[in-house]
Amino acid sequence: MIAAEHLTKRYDEYLAVADMSFSVQPGQILAFLGPNGAGKTTTVRMLSSVLRPSAGSARVAGFDVEREPEQVRARVGVLTEQQGLYGRMTADDYLDFFARLYGLERTAARTRSLPLLDQFGLAAARKQRIGTYSKGMRQKLALVRTLVHDPPVLLLDEPTSAMDPESAVVVRDVICGQARAGRTLLLCTHNLFEAEQIADRVAVVRKGRLLFEDTKAAFKRQLLGPSQFRARFARPVGDWTPDLPQGVRLVERGSAFLRFQVDEPLNSNPLLMHQMLQQSLELVAFEEMTRNLEEAYVQAVTRLNQEDEARHAG
Amino acid sequence: MLAKLSLVFVIARRELGDQARDWRILTPIAFMALVFPFLMNVAAEKLLELLRSYGVGIISDRMVPFLLMVVGFFPISISLVIALESFVGEKERGTIEALLNSPLSDGQLYLGKLLSSVTAPLLGAFLGMGVYLAACVGRGLALPPAEVVAQVFLLTLVQAVLMVTAAVVISVQATTVRSANLLTSFIVIPMALLVQGESMLLVWGDARTLWLAIFGVLVLTVLVGRVGLSHFRREELLGRELDTLHPRALLRLFARHFRGEARSPREWYLREVPSTLRGLGLPFLLVCLLALGAALAGAGLIQSTGAQAAQRALASSESGRLEALADAWPLFDFHPVATIWWQNVRAMLIAMLLGGLTFGVLGTMPVVLTLLFTGYISASVASSGIPLGSYLAGFILPHGVIEIPAVILATAMILKAGAALAAPGSGRGLGEQFVISLADYARLMLGLVIPLLLISAAIEAWVTPRVALLIFGG
Repeated sequence: MIAAEHLTKRYDEYLAVADMSFSVQPGQILAFLGPNGAGKTTTVRMLSSVLRPSAGSARVAGFDVEREPEQVRARVGVLTEQQGLYGRMTADDYLDFFARLYGLERTAARTRSLPLLDQFGLAAARKQRIGTYSKGMRQKLALVRTLVHDPPVLLLDEPTSAMDPESAVVVRDVICGQARAGRTLLLCTHNLFEAEQIADRVAVVRKGRLLFEDTKAAFKRQLLGPSQFRARFARPVGDWTPDLPQGVRLVERGSAFLRFQVDEPLNSNPLLMHQMLQQSLELVAFEEMTRNLEEAYVQAVTRLNQEDEARHAG
Repeated sequence: MLAKLSLVFVIARRELGDQARDWRILTPIAFMALVFPFLMNVAAEKLLELLRSYGVGIISDRMVPFLLMVVGFFPISISLVIALESFVGEKERGTIEALLNSPLSDGQLYLGKLLSSVTAPLLGAFLGMGVYLAACVGRGLALPPAEVVAQVFLLTLVQAVLMVTAAVVISVQATTVRSANLLTSFIVIPMALLVQGESMLLVWGDARTLWLAIFGVLVLTVLVGRVGLSHFRREELLGRELDTLHPRALLRLFARHFRGEARSPREWYLREVPSTLRGLGLPFLLVCLLALGAALAGAGLIQSTGAQAAQRALASSESGRLEALADAWPLFDFHPVATIWWQNVRAMLIAMLLGGLTFGVLGTMPVVLTLLFTGYISASVASSGIPLGSYLAGFILPHGVIEIPAVILATAMILKAGAALAAPGSGRGLGEQFVISLADYARLMLGLVIPLLLISAAIEAWVTPRVALLIFGG
């Protein structure tokens, strides 16, 4: 697991990461969201014991990142923004090389790397020079390198960038598979669709500070308000309005639909539907409005930018 | 231990494999190893013919080992390019981060890269030197003595490692190969001077001095290697942008360290200057030992130079000369005081400059040379039958009791600064450490050494000649 407490990184006057506390349990995927320069990469570097925290502490896979850096690095797979591939080597040689650095013998390395190469569709190209690989293939190979020593913790920075949609699907499947296998994953991404699809929790980072960390549903709820439901009818309902139960607000009215914001859907929705059926309105559908992570994230960033502007103006 | 070393070889093997696939590295090494030696051979033959035609056999005999050194030096100069490519190139291409994320320690990565940068050029150099020597035999040229050949091989080895370790220091300060290339003059110029010095020693033909030179280069290599190792840290490699000079930030750093916690000049003098002396104990002791060693070595020189030099040295103690000196330096005339004072201050500033470039080593030269000379003169005096105590009391002690401790103190600070440069504190860059050391040195100089040197200069100009006259004037 990953457990960070008041993690801080300062470069002279510049505060790159400030007082960050969060945890990720085995089997979970935490998506780290935030604009460029928010402190995501610095946090990953501290968690992988590459940078030393200026204050605070973190434990990764049971080891302290500051006091036991080599143990931490041996148990973490890190995919950085830059793939770190050697163009003159073949994929086989490259993976053997890294496996040796992680203490694996050649046979063990091959036993581990061959299925991974196969899974990512690189098996046929494993004897080719990496320099001849496409961008997507390179990214996949970098991901294989990250997994070759079977680490319990994975720190992945933009794992599907530069990939075609088909490859991205393969990579997302692998990532979800790693989580199902009990690994702890931290995923830095700008791809909110990806975060929505595969993450269990989201963390929003801005200017080195952790602004939010919870489940996706809680994130949306906090930023977009309670869930919204739409009732669609076969014919126009005129100006009919139901008696709104406590915690229900009518937010939009169309000729043949009504949209409600509902604090407690489990209690309120049956009451609403009951009234509609009693009125013999021809209810076609009663559905939850889809609200995606992107919408919530944009809302959050817009709100923060407005707050910043107001502060500067003040 | 073996497991740790095996990772060093894993790194080195990968890099060597990469080099073996790059014709841009292999071609010049192959040329230097297989073609260049023959050209040097022809050059040696023609030079020998020319020199012998002028009857300068002693110089012509030394041409063969000199050209052997040249044959070795060219291939190892490629190690600089390989090292910069290996260290900075990986940084620039972003491949180093994957290595930094692995369980490798900083030292293992450093040693692996060092080994891989040195191996191919060194093999090329040794092969070239072998080819050169074999061709000498083939052409009937007299080979140098085995000791000289061994010295040249060793010198080549040490120089290659020195160049690569220096390249590492540069690499840590650079984020692109371009900026690293711009910094190579900091290696090329000192190396050129070093090779010139070694060439002189080879032509001079003094094997003992050449061994000392090899030892000196080895010490420098160890020191530069230590600097490289202490700076080659993950934190430094990823977290710093060092291409740009920030004079204001450096000035602020200097001012902060120079001023310390003091809020007034009085507080600075009473609290901060004494605090500078803390931690100077060991370097002070080392410089004292060095000074003692130099004085004894100077005294030992009398054995080889004989009594004539001693007589010449004593000429300055003739009473007529002393009277003239006392007349030329009248009491309370500030001009000779200023001259002596500036001479000493300048020597200490040059010592700091030399020390800064050589991790404190050459900063000890003023003390060593002065004490060597003093030891020699003292021994000369003693051998001439003059009581040593009278000589010391008349010529050295009046001002020396202040001047010598002041100079030793300043030298100790240079030595401490050199050690700090070789192994700076956590999170400090080379430039930052240099500025901090400079601030400490400035604090000691302004607060203590310069005033002491002024007092000793006044004594040397106004008191010493008169005391000497009193003792030796009859």
